[in-house]
Formats: sequence, C-alpha cells, structure tokens
Amino acid sequence: MVGAASALYAVRAGLSVVLVDRGPVAGGTTGAGEGNLLVSDKEPGPELELALLSGRLWADIAAEPGVAEAVEYEAKGGLVVASGVEGLAALEGFADGQRSAGVEAVSVAPGQLHDLEPYLADGLAGGVLYPQDAQVMPTLAAAHLVRLARAAGASLRTGWTVTEVLRTAAGAVRGVRTSRGDVHAPAVVNAAGTWGGELAALAGVSLPVLPRRGFVLVTEPLPRRVRRKVYAADYVADVASDSAALQTSPVVEGTAAGPVLIGASRERVGFDRSFSLPVARALAAGATRLFPFLEGVQAMRAYLGFRPYMPDHLPAIGPDPRVPGLFHACGHEGAGIGLATGTGHLIAQVLAEKAPDLDLAPFRPDRFPADPAPEELEELEELEEPEEPEEPEEVS
Amino acid sequence: MTDRMADRPHLAVIGAGPAGLAATLAAAGRGVRVTLVDSAAEAGGQFYRQPATGLGARRPQALHHQWRTWERLRDGLAAHIAAGRVTHLTDHHVWSVERQSDTSGTTSGASDTTGVFAVHALLGPEQEESVAVRADAVLLATGGYEKVLPFPGWTLPGVLTAGGAQAMLKGGLVLPGRTAVVAGTGPLLMPVAVGLASAGAKVAALVESADPKAFARHARVLAAHPGKLAEGARYAAELARHWVRAHVRHTVVAAHGTGRLEAVTVAALDGAGRVRAGTERRIPCDTLAVGHGMLPHIDLAEALGCGLDGAGVAVDDEQRTDVPGVWAAGETTGIGGAVLSLAEGNIAGLSIAARLNSRTPDRSWYASAAKARAGLREFFAVVDSVYAPPAQWAEQVTDDTVVCRCEEVPAAAIREAVDELGAGDVRTVKLLTRAGMGWCQGRMCGPAVAGLAGCAATPSRRPFARPVPLGVLAREPGQIQ
Repeated sequence: MVGAASALYAVRAGLSVVLVDRGPVAGGTTGAGEGNLLVSDKEPGPELELALLSGRLWADIAAEPGVAEAVEYEAKGGLVVASGVEGLAALEGFADGQRSAGVEAVSVAPGQLHDLEPYLADGLAGGVLYPQDAQVMPTLAAAHLVRLARAAGASLRTGWTVTEVLRTAAGAVRGVRTSRGDVHAPAVVNAAGTWGGELAALAGVSLPVLPRRGFVLVTEPLPRRVRRKVYAADYVADVASDSAALQTSPVVEGTAAGPVLIGASRERVGFDRSFSLPVARALAAGATRLFPFLEGVQAMRAYLGFRPYMPDHLPAIGPDPRVPGLFHACGHEGAGIGLATGTGHLIAQVLAEKAPDLDLAPFRPDRFPADPAPEELEELEELEEPEEPEEPEEVS
Repeated sequence: MTDRMADRPHLAVIGAGPAGLAATLAAAGRGVRVTLVDSAAEAGGQFYRQPATGLGARRPQALHHQWRTWERLRDGLAAHIAAGRVTHLTDHHVWSVERQSDTSGTTSGASDTTGVFAVHALLGPEQEESVAVRADAVLLATGGYEKVLPFPGWTLPGVLTAGGAQAMLKGGLVLPGRTAVVAGTGPLLMPVAVGLASAGAKVAALVESADPKAFARHARVLAAHPGKLAEGARYAAELARHWVRAHVRHTVVAAHGTGRLEAVTVAALDGAGRVRAGTERRIPCDTLAVGHGMLPHIDLAEALGCGLDGAGVAVDDEQRTDVPGVWAAGETTGIGGAVLSLAEGNIAGLSIAARLNSRTPDRSWYASAAKARAGLREFFAVVDSVYAPPAQWAEQVTDDTVVCRCEEVPAAAIREAVDELGAGDVRTVKLLTRAGMGWCQGRMCGPAVAGLAGCAATPSRRPFARPVPLGVLAREPGQIQ
C-alpha cells in the first residue's frame, strides 16, 4: 500500500516511476489488513500528525471520480468504548490530549451508546466517538492507487524480485538488480513493509523492522449491524506496547461488503504462519462481549499478517543519510494503510527536493543504533521466506 | 494389570468412509481405543452412502458394488462398538483439529510419535454446540469432493454435479429428472449415466471431453488391472443396453433455459482442446449432471501444517504425514477410489496401532495392502492423465458467466483483476473480486478462478474446515476423553 501511494504521488509530482514487487499487487501485509484509516488510536506526536495529514489525503483521493466506490472508502467514524469508570477516565484523558492536537473526539455518555451502535452490549461505562476515522478495503485500495499511478505514466513490474541495490563507485544508489533484469534510477524507495529490513540490508544499511503477527476473523455477510469501527479502550495500550507476548483487544467493524471483521491480536513470533486456535478464541470472546448478537454469527475464515514493527512504533520515512539516493517508506506497523497517503506524499516531496509538509526528523531511518540489541538480532535471524516487498523506484 | 479401556492409547479417526472404516477396524483390532468422528448419520461415507432408513429400501445393494466388503466393514464396526473399543460419533462436523502442547503428561503410548490433539466438532444439524475429542493420534480420512468448471448457464436449476446426482440416487432413491445429459470428464460419468438410466431416466447423451483411446498408451498398467477393465466394459455394455450415446472428445459449451434447464449445446473438441466451430448441437434435457473429476479435502491437514504432495496430503509408506501423530488415508491423500482407500486405511490403522505402542510396524504385516496400494496408485495416475477438462475450457466462459456462486462474481471481474489491477495469484484475485470468499470458501470455484486468471491453483488456507458460530469459538469446549 505504501509503495502504491508513493508511486502515485511521485508520478503526479512529475517523476518517472517504476513500481517493482516480487509478488502481485498487495501480496504482502496489505492483503492481510483491515484497511483502517485511524486517528483514534494515536497519541499526540509525529504519528498522529502523519495520520491527520493522511486522512485528509485519503479524503482527497476518495473524491476523485469512481475511487470511493472502487476502494470501498467509508468515512464512518470510530467508537472507542470503556467497560468501567477507571477505563473511561483514562480514555477521556487520552482524548483530551488528542483534541489539543487537532483530533475531533466527542464524548459519548453510556445512555447514548446505543443511539450510535444499537447492537452494542449493555452496561458499558461510556465512550468517545472519532468522526475522522475511516476505512478502505486495503487490497482494492492498493490496486486502484496502482491503477491511477499507471494512468499517470508509472510502470508496474510484478513478479520481479530485487536481488541487489546497485551503487556507484562513490556509494550512491543507481538502481536495483532484479530476478528479471536491472532497473536504473538515481533514487530507490524502500517500501517493502515487513521485509523492509532485508531490502535495507541489500543496500548495506540496517533498519530494524520486525514482524508482529496479527489475526483477523471474518464472519458471514450480514446486514449492517456494526456501523463504525468499535473497539475497547485497552486496544490503544496494546498498540503502544513493546511486549512480544500475545495481546488481544476486541476490535469489531462492519464492512461495505457485509462481513464483520474482528481483530486484533499482536504477537512477536517471527514469520510463523500457523493458525492459532487460542488466538481465534480470544478474539471471538472479546468481540461477543462487545456485541452479544455475534454469538450466533458464523466465523467463515481467519487470516493472518505480519505488521512491520519498529522498536519505537514510528515508521522510517525519508532519505537515508548513510546511502545517497536511498529512501525509506516502511515500518508502519498496523497503520500502513492509513498512513500510506501521507507517507507517499512526503516521499514525493523529498524526491522532488521540496520541503516536506511534516518534519521528517522523528522518522529518520538512521535513528536506531547500528547494531541491533541481541533480542532483536535473534528475531531478525528468524526472517525466513520473505514475501512480496514493494519497492517503487523513481527516475527523476 | 487389568486392561482398562481408558488407559489404552486413543486414536481419533475423522471420516467414516472406506479409509476411515478400514483404519478403525485395523487399529481397534490391535488394542487401540478409537473414536470415529463423522458428519453423516451413518457410516459409509460417499462410496457406501446408505439410503435413509426411513425410506425402507428393499435392495440398497442394487446401487452399490462391493456390497460384501461393505457388509464386512459394517459388521466389524458394530462388533467393536459393542465391545466398547470404538465410539462412533455421528452427526459430528469437525471444524478444526488442534495440536496442543503436551503439558499434562497423561498421554499413553509413545510420546515421540504422537501429539496431544483436540478434534473440535459441531453437533447435529443445528451446529450450535461444539465438543472436543482429545486423542493421542489423528487419522485424516476426509475424502474428496467434486470439481466443477463453469460454463454459460451452469447455474440454472436442473444442472447438478455428477456426484450430486449419484448421491441423490444412493441416498434418497429419487430420480433427479426425466431426460438427462451426463457431461464433463472422469471415471465417475459412466456409473452416473448407468445409474440414472437404470433408475428410469432417459439419458440423452454422455459427453466426455477426454478420449479414452488414450488408455491404449498405458497398456502395461491396464493389463495389471483386469478387474478395472471388466468394470469399464460392464458400464459400456449397460450404456449400450439403455441406448445411451457416448460422445468422446466433446464438451458442453452452454446450458439453456428460462427459469430452469431446457437444453444444452454440445460441441466437438479439436486436438488443442478448443471447440471445433460448426459442430455445435442442441440436446433437449431437463437434467445435466456435470463433473470434472475430484479434489482431495485437505483443510484440516493444512491447518495442522501437513505438507502436500500435489493436490493431496503427503504421506510416507505407513500413511504418516510429516506432522507427528497425524496420519492420512484415502482420497485426502489423492483421488483413487474406494479400494485404494481401503488399502491405505488398513495400512494406516496397523501403523498407528504399532506406533502408539512404541513399536515400529513390520512391513510384512501389510505387504499385500501395500502391493494393492502401489498398483492402484499407478492405475489412477493413468486415469488422471487420460481424463482432463478441455485444455481451453476457459475460452468458453463468457464475461457474464457467474464463476463464484456464493459471492456472484462474474468471469469479467476476474479477468479485470488480472488484466487491469495487477493480480497475479489466486489470493489477490480473491481479495480484489471476492471470488472464493463466500459460504464455500472457494472449494467450488477455486480451480475455475485459477484457470480464468491463468495462474496456479494454489491451495488456500482455511483455518476453519466449516463455518463455526463465534459464540462456540469463544467458549472453552466440552471435552470427550
């Protein structure tokens, strides 16, 4: 998704773009996502600023002819609920901070919750409504952003695996070698998501991107009963956590196509693709607590993906001072779909040598110590069977 | 020491068809406690499908061959059940097999070759409750299902699968229609045509896209299976007796009708598997039984992480998968019919009984079953190479033909996903079009989507072998030890 958005904004900024992916479009983490465009789960800081910028840009793209429908864009808002008074107080405090950073956050009294979500469980302490939260169908979104980029002149090379980053004698990037031939360009953007660390390594630099596994349960198609994205307040704490252990917090949302999506689990278990019934059980239990009607609804399938996790939960965006011509746009953890537009826009600005709309200092790719901590190294060694990185390359 | 049943090693067999029954009898006969878990109301699977008892069929064997074998299996099962060695759970729909880490230390048998498994099954027609069967070893004998490729008009009422027509004949003893065409490819078409004709239908045509003359290239293999040849000759004679015309190297290009099936258009195929222009012919009928071969059921094996060999579950000489404690037998390992399933089930049962008692099975125990298995696998490899859908079948699928029936996705959407949106594999096509996301989870349309998209039919992982209510999923299941 980030690669697709970077390609789109770069080609629209007048650059010549080749989009390279070892798999099909959206074959990596994008295709395993829920398509959240969220501000609600972000505390004030650089990520929230990027989320607000991205939300505006998503709305702009969705306003282009036919796009909103094609990508199932829904500006439906998010509702965060707290089960007890203590959780509600914490949630209100969190929302106050967000308001001062420009987030719309509307406090919802317990008596009003059912006006917003009629099927919500009884007895909740209250919640906060975030009208700026939105959703897209992530695979469709990536495919249609690629379609728009191609319409503007970008070329797409799917099934091309990058095997080498080509450098000049002076060390600057001059393109990539792939399984199907060389692509020459004075700038290479690493948008390989969870596999961004490997691509960085091909260019001789370290970037600590680790996989953080998540499962999503998908129900049978239903008439619209869950109107927004609804989640419990402890989700925010889980998102911000550094723990490798399994965490689940209920996240429930209806989709344009009918099925209800149920998340969210987080575990750092390398690239383990095996299904976990205990995780599915925890997700189902959380979802049925929030929405009791789901008890009788069938779970049709489950899928898993690997969020590109970075130790400080911020993506790497911008030029890599260690390798001239190398740019990074990866490591967005579970927010890559939402943050893709802002990231692509900022990348296009720096590629075109313009001042970026946001300060990129917090996203500097070289902000981590060169040698990963032993624990991280261990996990990096577990990187096996990498899948489908996306790297757009720009020839300006 | 007294031999308490509860102390014996415990095997869960999933599927009560030929493979599952043979394994159950072999293992139970050698001291293993077996729980046979099956979705049907009675044992037998698809092959020995029994008429519902309420129908009072006087001669159900008229629809079956190998009736004696079935009687032996049935009576053996009844004896083991009576002796308490086998528990037969009917109407139990397995949705997941979970491999748990062994923390209790209570497993009997050899811990190096077994795991601790929980077989999760939904109960009865309501499927609102789930139980877990804990076992030291699991045999997957989940059989196969029919592959059907789309063509214009295939969703009309009156079009059914060849296997569906046979199941209706065997199970309900009802005649699905009055004038039938049987079409597609594979060894199932002849028995279905004979079954329909014997039950009183007029079979207007048998349309086979392969050319059985291709069998001549495999004379050596065929010569080793005189029984199979005789069976084929018997069906051919039956067809002739009922005046059924067989059209080989032909295909159904479209089904027609308003509201329901009224006719089909049949055409000849050229050497490249394309329809020969000008050979189209319309055949009036009210029933079309169509099938393009069978595929193994592998959902449970895949979720357990078992390796695959082609379309089926990979097994070794003892029918062991590469996941310790999990065996597989019958059509879940590859399509090969009931006799092969019996041989594989028998070998699996012997292996399991030995392994659960920390012994290595001696190959001489199952030498004759292994010989039968080798010969039948060779024979069905030939069958597989001879029977094939027309190479260019996808060309006949018009843009407006619905390919995924659950989500109503037309062929045009699949072509657009590949040509315009950058899809290059079945998973991306599914995500872009919703083809395969519906009730059947792509079991029906998977091969068709792959064929239309021009990519490999990679098995898609299905963590749930069937839909399961979230309320069931959320609860810790009740245990059956």
